[in-house]
Amino acid sequence: MSDHHPTGFTRWLYTTNHKDIGSMYLWFSFIMFLIGGAMAMVIRAELYQPGLQFVDPNFFNQMTTMHGLIMVFGAVMPSMVGLANWLIPMMIGAPDMALPRMNNWSFWILPFAFTLLLSSLFMEGGAPNFGWTFYAPLSTTFGPPSTDFFILGVHMMGISSIMGAINVIVTVFNMRAPGMTLMKMPLFVWTWLITAFLLIMVMPVLAGTVTMMLTDRHFGTSFFDAAGGGDPVMFQHIFWFFGHPEVYIMILPAFGVVSEIIPTFSRKKLFGYSSMVYATASIALLSFIVWAHHMFAVGMPVAGELFFMIATMLIAVPTGVKVFNWVATMWQGALTFETPMLFSIAFVILFTIGGFSGVMLAMAPVDFQYHDTYFVVAHFHYVLFPGAIFGTTAAVYYWLPKWAGKMYNETAGKIHFWLSMIFVNLTFFPMHFSGLAGMPRRIPDYNMMFADFNMWASIGAFGLGLTQVYFLVIVLLTLKNGKTAEQKQWEGASGLEWDAMPSPAPYHTFSTPPKID
Amino acid sequence: MAIRRKLIAGIASLLSIVLSGVVQAATDMNMRPGVTETSNAAYDLHMMVIWVMVAISVVVFGAMIYSFIFHRKSKNYKPATFHHSTKVEMIWTAIPIIILIYLTIPAVKLLIKMEDASNSEMSIQVTGSQWKWHYKYLEHDVEFFSELDRSLTITDENYLLEVDNALVVPVETKVRFLVTASDVIHSWWVPDLAVKKDAIPGFINETWTAIPADQAGKTFRGQCTELCGKDHGFMPVVVKVLSKEDFKAWVAQKDQERLAAEKAAAEAAAQSWDMDKLMAMGKEVYDSKCAQCHQASGLGIPPAFPALKGSPIALGPVDAHINIVVNGKSGTGMAAYGPQLTDAELAAVITYERNAWENNTGDKVQPADIQAFKAGN
Amino acid sequence: MSTETEEKYENYYVPEQSPWPIVGAVALFFIAWGGGNFIHQSTEIVETGDQSWGGLVFLAALAVMIYMVFRWWKDTIKESVEGLYSAQMDRSFKQGMLWFIMSEVMFFAAFFGALLYVRQLVIPWLGGEGNNAMTHALLHPDFLPQWPLTKTPDGTTTQAMGAWGLPAINTAILLTSSWTLTIAHHALKDNNRQALLNYTSITALLGIIFLALQVLEYHHAYNEMGLTLGSGIYGSTFFLLTGFHGFHVTIGTIFLIVLSIRCAKGHFTEKHHFAYEAGAWYWHFVDVVWLFLFIFVYLM
Ligand code: HEA
Ligand code: HEA
Ligand code: HEC
Ligand code: CUA
Ligand SMILES: [Cu+2]
Repeated sequence: MSDHHPTGFTRWLYTTNHKDIGSMYLWFSFIMFLIGGAMAMVIRAELYQPGLQFVDPNFFNQMTTMHGLIMVFGAVMPSMVGLANWLIPMMIGAPDMALPRMNNWSFWILPFAFTLLLSSLFMEGGAPNFGWTFYAPLSTTFGPPSTDFFILGVHMMGISSIMGAINVIVTVFNMRAPGMTLMKMPLFVWTWLITAFLLIMVMPVLAGTVTMMLTDRHFGTSFFDAAGGGDPVMFQHIFWFFGHPEVYIMILPAFGVVSEIIPTFSRKKLFGYSSMVYATASIALLSFIVWAHHMFAVGMPVAGELFFMIATMLIAVPTGVKVFNWVATMWQGALTFETPMLFSIAFVILFTIGGFSGVMLAMAPVDFQYHDTYFVVAHFHYVLFPGAIFGTTAAVYYWLPKWAGKMYNETAGKIHFWLSMIFVNLTFFPMHFSGLAGMPRRIPDYNMMFADFNMWASIGAFGLGLTQVYFLVIVLLTLKNGKTAEQKQWEGASGLEWDAMPSPAPYHTFSTPPKID
Repeated sequence: MAIRRKLIAGIASLLSIVLSGVVQAATDMNMRPGVTETSNAAYDLHMMVIWVMVAISVVVFGAMIYSFIFHRKSKNYKPATFHHSTKVEMIWTAIPIIILIYLTIPAVKLLIKMEDASNSEMSIQVTGSQWKWHYKYLEHDVEFFSELDRSLTITDENYLLEVDNALVVPVETKVRFLVTASDVIHSWWVPDLAVKKDAIPGFINETWTAIPADQAGKTFRGQCTELCGKDHGFMPVVVKVLSKEDFKAWVAQKDQERLAAEKAAAEAAAQSWDMDKLMAMGKEVYDSKCAQCHQASGLGIPPAFPALKGSPIALGPVDAHINIVVNGKSGTGMAAYGPQLTDAELAAVITYERNAWENNTGDKVQPADIQAFKAGN
Repeated sequence: MSTETEEKYENYYVPEQSPWPIVGAVALFFIAWGGGNFIHQSTEIVETGDQSWGGLVFLAALAVMIYMVFRWWKDTIKESVEGLYSAQMDRSFKQGMLWFIMSEVMFFAAFFGALLYVRQLVIPWLGGEGNNAMTHALLHPDFLPQWPLTKTPDGTTTQAMGAWGLPAINTAILLTSSWTLTIAHHALKDNNRQALLNYTSITALLGIIFLALQVLEYHHAYNEMGLTLGSGIYGSTFFLLTGFHGFHVTIGTIFLIVLSIRCAKGHFTEKHHFAYEAGAWYWHFVDVVWLFLFIFVYLM
């Protein structure tokens, strides 16, 4: 195959090329990140001071809901799929993803799904306003008309994710270059393989949940209605059976990313490769039996609460193994602190803090005090922003030279990092305090006693938002007039993508498989 | 070597000082210990976990920071080549397990205790609805609604945390709460009692509290903690604690009030009201009970909350109008106001709706009409 | 690894550009958009007079989608017939199909999970079991916990669907179809063209009969037994489980019809017949789901 690019807009519409599709995923997710972030700005502006200043409570709820949905399904998940598309074939020595046409379809469904979801903002009755967890019956009998478009939008995202996951699994199982045994694969590939498995197991369950919602809303069924013999709590069980593995879907690929970056800048091999693989698999398996830790207050039988509490706490063990392995990788390495490394280090520290608050939440008797307060909001932003988002950001800085053949400006990257680091903590750390002081989540107005924390969080949030716009500028400037990158931009890097191809990576790589020993 | 050790010690103590400072210095940043045995136990557990987490942080982040300082390339540090050690990995799998067991044991004990509502001395049914609480004392003939007091402003200490009728409970009594909801899920939370239970429509969840004697006279405040629609943030929970005698007196007084109210209602129903009086009272009821959904302008927030201005029900037959207000409409936010308002109030608010905002039907609905409707119901 | 894989590896066919995915994405969008509006119009959520364009958009988009699938598969069939597909590619398709079926399994698992949760927990709870004594005493004092739930807490009644009429016949039909399909599959491997065609067609026919009986059963349920989607949780789980199964049988039957046509055209060889295998797996999957349905929905 020659290295010719198709041109024009059909290059993007009709493409079967994993690199093009990867780029589209990444750009799409960044746009969604800005939109979801802009909604967070609305939330934070309203919460800057007590009193209702900018929006009415119903619109506030719509913002919360759409912010959560867009960040989770529009920003984080597609960004991870984008990375998978770009990197997996290059890392395992494959010419492309296993099912390239389907790959294109997986991507192109997304912009349409989110058009549908976002259009609900302009519908009569407004956008979904029942939280990203859309608990019944608030979302069924009491949901606005746009709920149905939300449901269908979720179906579309689900189809896209499932196809994407199938593609990843098949590529990894069937397309590895000769000699690339499973236990030689870069850890990023491993984490994505396991993520894809989680996706296939839980996205259909989400589809089932929203289907039951749809029939409850319009066809007279009573899945979530006690009057007909159903149970609103059953909604939560089915939702969280999806929802909890979903949070690991968002974090496992980021684990993979930092597991590539930390060894590079430590100039030392990853510590405990095989235990990393097993730990990731354990996290994934455990994630299926912990879902009800989101539901300690719903009145489950005590035996259930005990089971879910203990199973949840167990997840700290394999996650700890990963954290310790990263630390051991840095230990006695020859460290340098380029931007990707800085983001990875911040990832390890801040994710761990988020994990600690997770363990606190897992303790059922105390969770009665934390549940549905800003303490939970603090927890999940710590694992999501400095977790998933920092992970992706690190990946972009790390592989941008390979993708684009251009090197970003290191000073600009470092400024981006330090601003992000400061503002992310300023935004989300005070939320621990407002939560402990008793501030419930999803409220547009609050008592004076929470005012200070909220003010700091809002100031941090505006700074964080602007910082991310700055990131966009950095990337655009790099693409426009960055310095030419070397084939192996990072001294300590290893792996096929650095060793076996120039920068930028040619349009088609590994048309003939590389030799691996 | 000596420098290193000092540095480790230095970093470790610095970290712990900062962290413990953060945790302890400002108590208003921390969870409130609350006033009951269980809330105190929850607080203790919370502090215990925090300290465990601080300790783990010191070790893990300390090791990282040590690496950052000493194992950097700019200091010409030569990277080691190790990348595996079964022994070390076993250790750092085992230690977290031990820590977790250490945390789990008290948690299990406390949880079992908190979930045991048996042997209670008193039961109160707590029903959440959009957006108020209803309290019903099962052993006494007392029940009432509890709604946000909207007269407070931001500067008031209890802004958003004050209600018209607070729940009243006696000290030194194991009070069982039977928590449920009539429309969507709500959650009843009083931080100082460490009681949080979701209110699920169609099911009853049990929880309990027992407040020590020295808390008599105090008031505890919390909020609804499950997103329940537009006014989720405006649905506070207020609990007043009385000594046992005061509580008895309170119940007696409530009985009196109820009898008096019934009498007044009967009297009101017996007379015929003129338009002005109906409209005045109707507006008052409407603005306090109905306007949050149907809006003071009568325009509602369609499609969730229909406009009453020009609504076919408000302009159509009176009976249909009385019906929806008295009986509500299940599966929507429109609650049954029959049990919540007196006949006179119902008559007034319906009259108001039929004549305000250019509805101008001229209909006067009398309390007697409501009585007749209820009788035929 | 062996040199054999290496050799095949070089043949991995990466298709050039294709317009079908984007057509499919647009079609999916309009299916959702039209379908959503159709639901609103037909349940009068949004007052739009007697417009029914939602349904029209839905149908048009569905047609485009079917066209798209048809063209996409035509491309793959063409490539397959041209011999562009190596054994490695076949493996990709096979693995892809298996994981797709896995996702379908999980979709059904959600509904089976709901069924079991309701039967084992919710109904007893409403009847006062476990920590729900007060639920029963205060909210549903007259409720009788039982399964099938023929009377709901709000008093809706229905009859339960027995197992030994149509459902048993349908079970027999599907089991037979699995058997005929296996014979066909073996015939394919033995290169027995006539048997292949015959047994594949018989299997498709059995699928059609199954569907016809299912329609009959629904008709009976709605018109004679008062068993509808609105009959409380029993009706909900009954119709959603059997309904989605029926939907899958429909897809499977269409799949089988297409396979029969392709058999007649001689598309498959003993070695290269991924599409046939995929169809067969799909059919067996649908069969197994039915067995679970028969046990948990009808029998128990
Ligand atoms: C990327 C996403 C992500 C990740 C990785 C996690 C990780 C974890 N989460 Fe979190 N969580 C969310 C996203 C995530 N969560 C979201 C979005 C919500 C809210 C949903 C909503 O309601 O909207 C939520 C809510 C949530 C709750 C419900 C709270 C409530 O509503 O009341 C609970 C309760 O158990 C919980 C627990 C945990 C635990 C135990 C982990 C563990 O995996 C953490 C493990 C990691 C560590 C523990 C740190 C490293 C370990 C060591 C250094 C070893 C030593 C440590 C010990 C021995 C303790 N999470
Ligand atoms: C990965 C997921 C993710 C990410 C990255 C974020 C990022 C942020 N989140 Fe969010 N959040 C969630 C996932 C996430 N969140 C979830 C799941 C919920 C729960 C929802 C629910 O309760 O249902 C939630 C809820 C939530 C709340 C609680 C709302 C409530 O309970 O009512 C708050 C409050 O402060 C908040 C704030 C923020 C802020 C300030 C950011 C910032 O980091 C954002 C940074 C800002 C930007 C990146 C935007 C930059 C853009 C501009 C400045 C303008 C330019 C715009 C355009 C050109 C369009 N989030
Ligand atoms: C929690 C929100 C809420 C409150 C408070 C509320 N309503 Fe309603 N009301 C509704 C909803 C929702 C409907 C629509 C019900 C439906 O779907 O038919 C409604 C419908 C009505 C209707 C029928 C209007 C029509 O055209 O269908 C009347 C009349 C009415 N309400 C009167 C009242 C009165 C009187 C009060 C106060 C005493 C009140 N409502 C308080 C939510 C509320
Ligand atoms: Cu009631 Cu929130
Ligand atoms: Cu979880």
